[in-house]
Amino acid sequence: MTQAADLTVDARGLNCPMPIVKTAQAVKTLASGQVLEVLATDPGSVKDFAAWSKSTGNELVEQTVDGGVYRFVMRKK
Amino acid sequence: MDETINLVLFSGTDDKLQAAAVITAGAAALGKPVNVFLQYWALRSFTKAEINADHGLAAEAGESGRKNVDALAKAGQASWAETFRQAKELGEVDIQACSLSMDVLQIEEEDLDPLVNGVEGVTAFYLNAGDGRIIFI
Repeated sequence: MTQAADLTVDARGLNCPMPIVKTAQAVKTLASGQVLEVLATDPGSVKDFAAWSKSTGNELVEQTVDGGVYRFVMRKK
Repeated sequence: MDETINLVLFSGTDDKLQAAAVITAGAAALGKPVNVFLQYWALRSFTKAEINADHGLAAEAGESGRKNVDALAKAGQASWAETFRQAKELGEVDIQACSLSMDVLQIEEEDLDPLVNGVEGVTAFYLNAGDGRIIFI
């Protein structure tokens, strides 16, 4: 099942902490309940997105990896 | 414990400032306020004249470390100054120059890069730090 996103952040090729920084910036522009998709290639982002979601309360609803590209789908709190 | 993160930056080399910028941006992304207090060589690296210069690496980096750092920069890694800029846009990040270091290095307020919010003494730094963690780099 693929969740349709209201906004996509392409953080491929960016090093830590930029994928999370770009995500936090993008989430600010969304309304509560809207969905953000993030693409990243930083392997550290798996733990970082889990931690960021837990800490900020924005739900991580989907997480997949395909050919070295991580895809995170988050719903704004 | 207060969730404010307080960084005292002393070293002005690019690797240590990059590490500090990463910690700052991560905290900003989590909504944690960050106070940065610039002393000595870190302060010098935050002047308009120096901010875009090459500030070298810690001695332990050696030649191989230099190559590693250069390769990542060439691959498009954001500079520490750019990372601090983005962290400031994102969250509550306040960067202050240590007034004693300003005197030691004979730096005037107008010499500082706009990333720096102001000048303060150590007492003001402690007051703002409250019960939060203090990290010295």
